[in-house]
Formats: sequence, C-alpha cells, structure tokens
Amino acid sequence: MDWQAFGLTIRLATVVTGILVVVGFPLAYWIAFSTWRWKFVVEAIVALPIVLPPTVLGFYVLVAVGQRSPIGRWWQAATGHPLAFTFEALVIGSVLYSLPFAVQPLASSLSAIDRRLLDASAVLGVSKLKTFFRVLVPLSLSGLVAGISLTFTHTMGEFGVVLMLGGNIPGITRTLSINIYDQVQDLNYSAANATALVLVAIAFVLLSVVYSLNRRFWRVWPRI
Amino acid sequence: MSVLTKSATDRTPGAATPLDTLRVCIRKVLSATFELNVDFALSSGISIFFGPSGAGKTTLLDCIAGLTTPDSGHVSVLGHVLFDSTAGIAVPVTRRNIGYVFQDLALFPHLTVESNIAYGLAWLSAVERDARVDRLLSEMGIAALRSRRPADLSGGERQRVALARALVMQPSVLLLDEPLAALDLPVRMKIADDLRSCIQNTQTPVLYVTHSRDEVFTLGDNLLVLEHGRVIAQGTPHAVLSAPTNETVAQLAGFENIFDAVVTSIHEERGTMTCRVGGSPPGKTYREARGQGVELETPLVRSTPGDKLRVGISAGDILLSTTAPVGLSARNVLAGRLVSLSQRDAIIVAVVDCGIEVAAHLTLWARDSLGLTPGSAVWVIVKTHSCHLFQDGKRSK
Repeated sequence: MDWQAFGLTIRLATVVTGILVVVGFPLAYWIAFSTWRWKFVVEAIVALPIVLPPTVLGFYVLVAVGQRSPIGRWWQAATGHPLAFTFEALVIGSVLYSLPFAVQPLASSLSAIDRRLLDASAVLGVSKLKTFFRVLVPLSLSGLVAGISLTFTHTMGEFGVVLMLGGNIPGITRTLSINIYDQVQDLNYSAANATALVLVAIAFVLLSVVYSLNRRFWRVWPRI
Repeated sequence: MSVLTKSATDRTPGAATPLDTLRVCIRKVLSATFELNVDFALSSGISIFFGPSGAGKTTLLDCIAGLTTPDSGHVSVLGHVLFDSTAGIAVPVTRRNIGYVFQDLALFPHLTVESNIAYGLAWLSAVERDARVDRLLSEMGIAALRSRRPADLSGGERQRVALARALVMQPSVLLLDEPLAALDLPVRMKIADDLRSCIQNTQTPVLYVTHSRDEVFTLGDNLLVLEHGRVIAQGTPHAVLSAPTNETVAQLAGFENIFDAVVTSIHEERGTMTCRVGGSPPGKTYREARGQGVELETPLVRSTPGDKLRVGISAGDILLSTTAPVGLSARNVLAGRLVSLSQRDAIIVAVVDCGIEVAAHLTLWARDSLGLTPGSAVWVIVKTHSCHLFQDGKRSK
C-alpha cells in the first residue's frame, strides 16, 4: 500500500469536493430555478463529463493549462512554475470532471422544493439569502450529501484525467488509481489488489450513505 | 364592518382615504384574453372574496402581498402605500408586513411547529420571540404540538399553525387563500368555525378567498364576487345574494337551474309575464336546456316581447307530483318524465325532462313514499316567484 498515494488521493478528493460544494450549489440553484429558455444548453454542458472519455476532457484541460494558453502563462507569471503536471492542474481537471456528480443531485433536490415555501419565507420578511440558508439548504440536505459522496468517490477513482494532466509524479500527481496501474504493469498483483480493495471499500461505504439518504431524513410533508 | 360602497367611477385610482384598511386598484394582463382589473376598498373585519376557479383570486392576493407585480395601479394598507405605478413605489414583499396563508399552507417541513411560527421573528430578541410564539401557541390551542413537524399534524392542526405563523407577525392585513379547500367536508365545517373564532379574536382585517358557497355563509360579513378578473358585486352576503346581479352570483346564491328565455307576452294586470324557456343553447356552465322548451309564467320585469333573458330556479323551490295537481296557486305545472335520481348527502337530486331538463331537490323520504324511479311520469310545479330573471349580466327589477 502506497500511503503517499493514498494521502494524495484523499487530499485531491477533499479539495475537489470542497470547491464543488461552493461552486455547485449556486449553479444547481440556477439550474433549478432559472426560467431562461436556453438553460438546457448549460445543463448539457454540465452533464458532458458523464459521457465524454476522460482522455478528451484531460486533453483539453492540458491544452488550457499549457504554457501556450493564457491561463498557463498567467499561472507561470504568478507562481513561477508551470501549471501542467502539478497538483493544482489535477484539481482543475477533477473539478470539471466531477462537476455533474455534485450539481445534478443538488439541482434535483432543489427543484423538488415547493416554490410556495420561498414565497412564504418572503412574506414573513426573510431575505432571499437567508431563505437560501434557512429553507433551501436544509431541504436539499439529502441532495447535498449525495453530491458530496458522489463527488468524493468519483474523484478518488479517477484515472484518465489524472494521467493526462498530472502524469505520474510521486507525492504530487500519483493517485491510487495510477498506483494500481503501475503495480499491474510491474506484475505486482497482490499489491494492486490491496490498493483496489481500499478504493472499493471507500466507494461502497460512501454509496451506501447516498442510497440510505434516498429514503429521506424525515418523512416528506404529505400534500393535504 | 362594511365595504365602502363607492362606485368605481367616483374614485380616482391612487386616492386612499384613511378609512380604508385596504385599498386595491390594480390591473395585470395575465394572457391575451384574461386580465385582472379590480378596484375596491375594504374597512376592517372579514371580507370574503368569492369567485369560480380561474377568476384570478390567487393572483390578486399575490399582487397585494407583493409576490407578483401588477402592470399598473395602487395598493395601500391603512394609508401606507405599498405599490403605486404612477409614483414608482413598489415596497418589496419582505417589507410589506402582510399575513398570507397559502392554499397549500406552505409550512416548512423541516421545522417544528414552534420554529415554523417563530420563522419570521429572527430579528427579535430570544425572550420577546418566545413570548410572542407562546402567546400564539396558546391562543390557537396548539401548545401541545409545539415540537411536532408538519408531517405529524392533522389537516386542521396544520391550518392553525399556518394561521399562527401569519398572525405572530402582527400583520396589518391577513390574506387567506382558500384555506379550507383541501379538507374533507366534515372536517371543513368544524375548522371553518375554529377559523372564524381565531380570526375574530385577532382584530386583524381579513381578506378571505374561496370558491365554496358554504364558507361565504359560515364566515362572511362582507362579500365581493370576482369573475374573470373583475369585481362584479360587493356588499353584505345577504344583500349580494338576495339580489343576484349575474350568473356567478346566481350560482353562488344557489340557482341550480339557469335557462335562456325569451319574453313572449306581458301581463301588466297580473304583474307577470310569459317566457319561452329552452330551445336555444344556454351558457356553457349551466344545465343544458334540452327538449323543445316550455312556457313559464314569471314575475314581471321591464322588458318587451322578444327580449332575451335568463331564468334561475333554485332546485329546492321545485315541487314534484306523481298525479296531475289541481287547485294549486302555482302557475307553472309542467308534465314530464323523471330522467335520473342521484343522492348527494341527504338530498336526492331528481332530473326531470318536461320540455326543459330541470333539477329538483327531494328528501329521501319523498322519493321512497312517491315510489319515484327513472322513467316515472311526474309533474313539475314552479311558483311564479320562484323564477328569478337575469338580464345580460344584471338582475331585472
């Protein structure tokens, strides 16, 4: 078991999940409540990573963070080292790759909320921002936990994007899934099995959380 | 309590008098064929807004509460302007302090009864907040439910929580949108009573929207009838209903039978006239006048032969006889055949084809002792003064 790779993987998944909660909630809110006629275009873009091969996504992000792109040059100017093949590049790629896994459960639980509750909150003198935290967040908690679990698990098991963007630098970009690939290349099947089992166990536990939450925290208020 | 009986013409939009608790004059186009266009003023007490589904009732309440913005007009409460299109005033919904109980109540499912009621009071100190909530909990008789969630409450209990949540804000006006519509009939009558005593205790002026006739009679002091986005009648329920001015009001007043009629002859000396009823298609909402039509003797109204009118007859005012009656004062005796019998609560609704199809209300006992079955030959008896005449949206005098 490569504990360095394990630690790096957990760190990557945590950072990506944190970013996606912050970015994903407003985006999910917008998808759930916007009446813009071209909204479906945004929904399609958000869903793209589900169907695209990770190599395609990885390739474009690699180009985007490369030294010839404005982002890559800006990063190099700001930090003094290139963005490609760094942990930060992995984070950018993983955020894009896991975006639908955070946004979709959130958007679906937000859109299931009765709009009249928001009206009720406004009539009672509570601002939109406070309504967000007092009504929308608690009522979309199951979607939030599902989004967090799915994002975390999905990021942990990611391979293609990491390989394209980060390569295989120990302690910087070598995640568990890359580690398994290496171990198999070395014909070290028992080590690969140990690493793979860790990933299976974590994924299973988190998915169990997601599906248990689908039974809901509290009984949904019956419509009288 | 009274509706100020000024007509729409002698009021300038935007001119509110201090007398008016609620002054509303708004216009909002909702579709190519439907616009809300109302102008009324209410003083304190309970005002019932009656109208069929789709008359614009909820939109009207949303405009008053500020959830929807009217295209133009004026809304003020106790002289305080909430909306005025000419002055460019639109107080945001969060600052209007209007109590609004939605049709589906919209209680927060994740909060307890206590937290639901305290929801809008976050700006108060904890002590003051608890005091207000406790007072409402005991006034509404729901103190025992304080830590329950809405899912664990009965329909009537939810009703009270929603009312308490609105009243705890000490609103200047309370809007109730069909608060009983979703409940079963037996529960509804009991809750209507509860609701009335709760409302009467608060002294808050109330605008109560409903499409149920029963609630108008149970709760109403003051009645406004809304149809297709317009207020078509207002006054005390008794005044409005005893002199219905058009079909919506007539339906509200309980005329189950409404027919198109043409005046055929006028009998000034008897104070009556004869109308030919049926034979032309009536308004789509009412029972179709099938068959060849019949002649009815009706009270005299100002008209000339050939004028088109409508006749409304309450199903409870119609008598049925199994033999040809003799020696009756009633002028309208029509031979016919029973088409159907159906039971509604303790009432039997008998539909008879006597040239026109009329519905009559009978008791169970009357049905059984007369041995009525579909197909039976019967005579329909209608008193002249049970025929109520309507002229083009106005009731004839």
